[in-house]
Amino acid sequence: MAEIRLEQVVKNFGTFSAVKGVSFAVDHGSFFVVLGPSGCGKTTTLRMMAGLELPTAGRILLDGEDVTALPASARDIAFVFQLFALYPHMNVRQNIGFPLRCQNVPRGQINRSVEEAARLLRIDHLLDRRVGGLSGGDRQRVALGRAIVRRPKAFLMDEPLGALDSEFRRLMCGELRELHDRIDATSIYITHDQLEAMAMADRIAIMNHGRVEQIGTPQDIYDRPRTMFVADFIGAPPMSFLDVHAALRRGDRAVTIDGASIEMPELLEDRLEGKFALGVRPENVSFADSSRLRGQVIGAEYLGTTQIVTVTTANGRVKARLPSGKAVQVGETVGLKLRPDRLSLFDATSGEALSSALEAGGRHG
Amino acid sequence: MADISLIDVSKRFGAVEAVRDLSLSIADGEFVVLLGPTGAGKTTTLRLIAGLEQPDHGSVAIRGRDVTRDVPAERDVAFVFQQYSLYPHLTVYDNLAFPLRSPARRMDAALIRRRVLHVAELLHIEQKLANRATALSGGEMQRVAIGRALVREPAVYLMDEPLSSLDAKLRAELRLELKRIQRELGTTILYVTHDQIEAMTMADRIGVMSEGALVQLGTPREIYERPNNAYVASRLGTPAINLIPAELLASQSPPAEARTVGLRTEHIRISSTDRARPHARVHWVEHLGDQNHVHLRLGTHSLVTLADPDQELKAGDEVSLEFMEPLYFDRSGNRIATDRVLA
Repeated sequence: MAEIRLEQVVKNFGTFSAVKGVSFAVDHGSFFVVLGPSGCGKTTTLRMMAGLELPTAGRILLDGEDVTALPASARDIAFVFQLFALYPHMNVRQNIGFPLRCQNVPRGQINRSVEEAARLLRIDHLLDRRVGGLSGGDRQRVALGRAIVRRPKAFLMDEPLGALDSEFRRLMCGELRELHDRIDATSIYITHDQLEAMAMADRIAIMNHGRVEQIGTPQDIYDRPRTMFVADFIGAPPMSFLDVHAALRRGDRAVTIDGASIEMPELLEDRLEGKFALGVRPENVSFADSSRLRGQVIGAEYLGTTQIVTVTTANGRVKARLPSGKAVQVGETVGLKLRPDRLSLFDATSGEALSSALEAGGRHG
Repeated sequence: MADISLIDVSKRFGAVEAVRDLSLSIADGEFVVLLGPTGAGKTTTLRLIAGLEQPDHGSVAIRGRDVTRDVPAERDVAFVFQQYSLYPHLTVYDNLAFPLRSPARRMDAALIRRRVLHVAELLHIEQKLANRATALSGGEMQRVAIGRALVREPAVYLMDEPLSSLDAKLRAELRLELKRIQRELGTTILYVTHDQIEAMTMADRIGVMSEGALVQLGTPREIYERPNNAYVASRLGTPAINLIPAELLASQSPPAEARTVGLRTEHIRISSTDRARPHARVHWVEHLGDQNHVHLRLGTHSLVTLADPDQELKAGDEVSLEFMEPLYFDRSGNRIATDRVLA
């Protein structure tokens, strides 16, 4: 267990600035996910935590101790790359025990540690098997065993599930999170897959262009995105945006789009006339004949329990998640109703969310 | 008349029977998706139709003509692969025009230009025609690759996981685009994937494959709501269908021959504890934003279902479960058609 803190960490490679002043704190025992598209600086951030890169500026603290300049070997952190990298000529026991053998740990203690790790991963019945004959899932568990056998203070994982097919990835997400809870570890996990992040994290930091855009619990980030980038990166399908051109006043509870007045959470700031974007999640859109906000259905994607219906309006495309029993015709014109208390309003130029009662709802409850 | 028909086609590679007695008819203008895990025989089926493999048995016909022994060039099919292979030194325009400039076609330049512009418009890449292929994003490159197949206007399109190398966001966009283009042009597409979302959202009919055989063929709704067996049931649906022993649901009086019950999220209703109904304990709530996956423990079994984001459930909660018209499977995994029993 460990607490990890980053303070204004910067990393430049020549003239390229990969990480531009990142700060966050990861509590003891929490599962923290750094999420972002490729090139956002998340892997560089992780490598600095591990001691594989030296920051250009800023500090990294492990349990309050400044480890910024310490080499990887002095940090008591396990770094898990793509899993599956096993030694094919060794059996499961030897694979898991390998890191301890390298540290010249006495044989009896290696055996005890390996057996304990194997029990945690529920592969103790496989200890004397060759890794070659194991299923994909069991191989992955052995690779994890090798990481946990040392009982490091923290685990850093860089897209460990990236190479797996989607079904298996979902299964391993659940297992990784359960393992984290069982061994009471501090885990930092890097991914570009928002579903993995939502499924596993206690808190998520979303990065873009070397900066952290938002830090919060999965639900908080989903419900109250602070920027259009976050709103668009999280959710499948992502948030839809409708163009709004207006002057806004503190206390406004509606905006006008194409002649239709759309109710929304009360605004807490004034804005001069300009371009804004009203953001709505697919599950907060429904069809209502009476609505003056109208559009044409251009596609319906059947998903079993639900369907995703895409509607084009004069002010942008909207995706709605509707029960799959609802009959929808491509080409028909429909009225759209948006759930008022769940709407976000963004400045279309800066991409930042305007202050509203939506945010306040998060603070108080 | 079927655009593609396969009759009892088999293909063996050494000891492995890659495709086993497969029969399949695809109608003109139909979008059929073959769905299955790695090694199910999907790609081999596609390659047999393209003429890249020869069947050991059976026949392949395209537009009513037997092409079993024809070479690929004689079959009038276009193949789109997973990895887009564009000519990096050519512009987007020249990449699209390339298949039409083949000496075998002798197409005049004005017609080539018309076709390329039309396809570029369909794919929304008309602004990029003068760009080098290497100056495109991944999604644009894959559109050009699909466009190169479209310009030829072949009888059928064969697509092997064309979206799988793209990131999730782009994949979702191109799914919708591809379906739109197919509908607008009325083309016949046979598409191979292991991604159930692609299959459900694009297909007119899905063919579920397993170990070289076609297990079920039907509309996405048929496959999802009335799967032939437990294997098919588990291929579709997120979260995956819960398969639990029938005796756990004795209170539902399952059919006598039922061994396994299949519970999808829409078959499970969670309510506060009610003595008359089976109890379960909330093990874990997975917040995925719009949908929360609730992991339940029912006796020694785990169930995963969706809960409304506003439904306040937390680990440790005791709840009652109500089951609505679940699916029942017999000893060999085949579904018992309860709908007929009721009628």
